[in-house]
Amino acid sequence: MTVAIELELQSFVLLRLGERRFAVSASQIAELVAPSRVFRFPHRTPKLEGVILRRGRIVPVCDVSEMLLGKRLTSRRFYLIALRNYGTQKEWVAMPVTGECELIKAEMMAAVESDAPHVAGWLSHDGDVIEVLNLDALTPGPEQVLAEGATRQRPEAQP
Amino acid sequence: MRLAAPVKASPAKTEQIILFRVSGQLFAVSSASVQEVRSADSMSSTATDISAPGLRKVRHVLRRGDRSLFIVNGAMHFGLHVAEGALLFVLRKTRTALLIDGIEKMTTMTRLQALPLSFCHEERQWYRGLTALDQTVVPVVHPEGFLSPEELALLDAALLQADKTASKDLEGTNSAQ
Repeated sequence: MTVAIELELQSFVLLRLGERRFAVSASQIAELVAPSRVFRFPHRTPKLEGVILRRGRIVPVCDVSEMLLGKRLTSRRFYLIALRNYGTQKEWVAMPVTGECELIKAEMMAAVESDAPHVAGWLSHDGDVIEVLNLDALTPGPEQVLAEGATRQRPEAQP
Repeated sequence: MRLAAPVKASPAKTEQIILFRVSGQLFAVSSASVQEVRSADSMSSTATDISAPGLRKVRHVLRRGDRSLFIVNGAMHFGLHVAEGALLFVLRKTRTALLIDGIEKMTTMTRLQALPLSFCHEERQWYRGLTALDQTVVPVVHPEGFLSPEELALLDAALLQADKTASKDLEGTNSAQ
């Protein structure tokens, strides 16, 4: 009986954005790093701030706070580097977070149809109900451009 | 028995690039893609005005025999603060002359990293990729990414219209004489 229960538990990384906590499947997390210089250049993809250099790789920085909290973060303590799927390819994406992250084991309840696309599921931890994030829906990628279709207005350039 | 010849370590592939600035922002272009570098002032006497609807980044065209080179304002193309460009890059195998602020330096890049897939809008046409130089990340521009086929068609139509107007004006002047 105990074994059966443990098999349903999955590992998640809890991250903090402002006053709220979110979870990401631990299998998608590469590392948590201190903020480093963000290199910015012109582009037109919303939510992308620029790129950081990490272990010789160029990693895009994606601020998801506006989508999750409705406002941009004023302070950031770390970058959570996660793996994002692009079809068969996987690439690193750095997300600014405001506090330390925590590794937990929990049981996830699957998202329902009425949940936002960026919600992969829900888990309960320390008396809180926490959203498990679907990074593929939360961070930009070519499939979102296709889905948005030709009717979408052209976004402003990001300096 | 003959032993296989030892495999020589092939030198890292390198590429000569020109680092240049547009509105203070640093970019790189392969030096092989740049056919000419001209002062913008030297071109002002030979360039003619052109206006294509919805295409503000091209205001002038250079005629070279049968060929027309469209002068693209780099700042407007990238959505940066518009500044008067000082130099023109005539880009090889394109119909683009790119107006820039100035050249920073020439250097060599050893690695071009593909633009991360998160970047999923027009920048995918603008850049060949990114390169890390002296602890800085620089986008490497795609010479053919400044004017899309649709934009070139618009410009050609505007050019044709301007030529027709000019020839009508000339006919009018001749008949009046």
